[in-house]
Amino acid sequence: MRKPLALLPAAALLGLLAACGDASDQQLYGQNPDLPDPHRGLFPTMEIARPGEWGDRRPTVPEGYTITAIATDLQIPRQTLVLPGGDILVAEGRGGGAPRLNPKDVIAGIIKAKGTTSVAGGNRLTLLRDADGDGTYETRTIFAEDLNAPYGLALVGNHLFVANQDALVRFDYRPGQTRASGPPIKITDLPSEINHHWTKSLAASPDGRFLYVGIGSNSNITERGMTAEVDRAMIWQVDAETGAHRPYATGLRNPTALAIQPGTGQLWAAVNERDEIGPNLVPDYITSVREGAFYGWPYSYWGQNVDKRVRPQDPEKVASAIRPDYALGSHVAALGLDFSVPAMGSRFAQGVFVGEHGSWNRDPPVGYKVVFVPFLNGRPAGPPVDFVSGFRDEDGTTRGRPVGVTVDPRGALIVADDLSNTIWRVTAPAASATGNTPPEETRTGAPQER
Amino acid sequence: MSAQAQAERYPLHPFHAVLLASAVPLFLGALLSDIAYSQSYQLQWKNFASWLIPGGLIFSGIALLWALVELVRLRRRALLTILYLLLLLATWLLGFINALVHAKDAWASMPMALILSVIVTALACAATWLGFSTLRTGAGR
Repeated sequence: MRKPLALLPAAALLGLLAACGDASDQQLYGQNPDLPDPHRGLFPTMEIARPGEWGDRRPTVPEGYTITAIATDLQIPRQTLVLPGGDILVAEGRGGGAPRLNPKDVIAGIIKAKGTTSVAGGNRLTLLRDADGDGTYETRTIFAEDLNAPYGLALVGNHLFVANQDALVRFDYRPGQTRASGPPIKITDLPSEINHHWTKSLAASPDGRFLYVGIGSNSNITERGMTAEVDRAMIWQVDAETGAHRPYATGLRNPTALAIQPGTGQLWAAVNERDEIGPNLVPDYITSVREGAFYGWPYSYWGQNVDKRVRPQDPEKVASAIRPDYALGSHVAALGLDFSVPAMGSRFAQGVFVGEHGSWNRDPPVGYKVVFVPFLNGRPAGPPVDFVSGFRDEDGTTRGRPVGVTVDPRGALIVADDLSNTIWRVTAPAASATGNTPPEETRTGAPQER
Repeated sequence: MSAQAQAERYPLHPFHAVLLASAVPLFLGALLSDIAYSQSYQLQWKNFASWLIPGGLIFSGIALLWALVELVRLRRRALLTILYLLLLLATWLLGFINALVHAKDAWASMPMALILSVIVTALACAATWLGFSTLRTGAGR
């Protein structure tokens, strides 16, 4: 759908539309992205995905890799968790429902909904099992239901933690289980008033003592008022036993995915930045999360670039804002993050996979793919590489939108697709050739070559 | 006024009068809300303005259509009548732009939103004044 708002009876005003900046010579990603001057015309740029069917098509993966749909007809899969035995848990649901406060909320809500699935959210966890290791997940059970827009998942020992849109809850889990043994126990409530950005991402500290919960802002840029932003746009550290919590890092507009870096135990986050100040502002990013750090939102972006849309301003907070590690590009909508393992093949052995849901506020659109950001010495090094693409055609037909990405240590990437309601599994060449290799062997074996 | 101008006075249809007059308090309310937002930074004032402006656009828009139809149908083309129509048209167009400006998030709409609200309110008042004086209700009394 191209510029739907231009249908309004004001053809004469079209000349006032924002002219898209020429992005060809700009650095859009990496440690030092170019940050053009903020700009917005009378209409926000809107380029909404037009859903289409996959049919016989499949997303594009690197040569030698294989992609299969291991589960379809889900009820809005968002994030996945690979359990120790290889079973996959899928969190399904749709949260939010923030009140529409002004005419813009009403109009933009109708337009943006065209780019998403019409299926109702499942509010459940589905378990997928490939018992014989042939790559077909023949068993599918509902592990738990009647949840409230579950999103973040983490396993610590025999405890399965689920971040609902309003609370962090815990199930008991023992290997091989296909259904939860009972209703969950609430660890703590999570901020859920309004829930403009409702997803609650989750990761557990390596020792299992703490859980980190990503809580998104309640607006794009404080347009619901400053008081709506109490306890928002931050990452909480929650005591897994007591539920006691404190802000771990703040100023992160929408930390939609959290992951722990293997080896270092460092917490990383994928964060969605603000819209409506231009096609190349503000870059979404991945960053190692520094305890106690302030990352800018709402007062500033990418360090100390002041956002003039926020009143009252806060120069002290701006002065304290730090820059994130690595820009993915503006508007890509990074919703998934996981660290790779050597079993993913030598090209993709060191780095992170990032699921990019795709833009609405940019023309030409960006995202709609899974990228790999290579790491060297534990830090991002080099441009993002397409890992799974082909979700969106040039003409706007969009068959899928990636959300969560999870690395299966056996050498596969699990991608949740919340438009076609599919779980995709991308297998590395060696792993797909020996699809029945038990996980123990590949995990202890030498890194596989392509 | 000359005898000729007197002769061109037609009664303002009550419905037309209501539409015309209704736009004024809506645009004025938006202006006051914009002032309150600019002074307090309380977003709720901006939400009020964002709803009041489309309200003013609906009333002034129908009044504009009504006036256009009358102009064509009744061949009532006195200078002041055309001026009234142009003022109403300017009110509506700038009011529409003002609605779009109000759709910018938070303070991004300022100061343009406030400036436009002043202009639109003034135009709406002028159009209504002129409308009621040239198309006087109960003409000939």
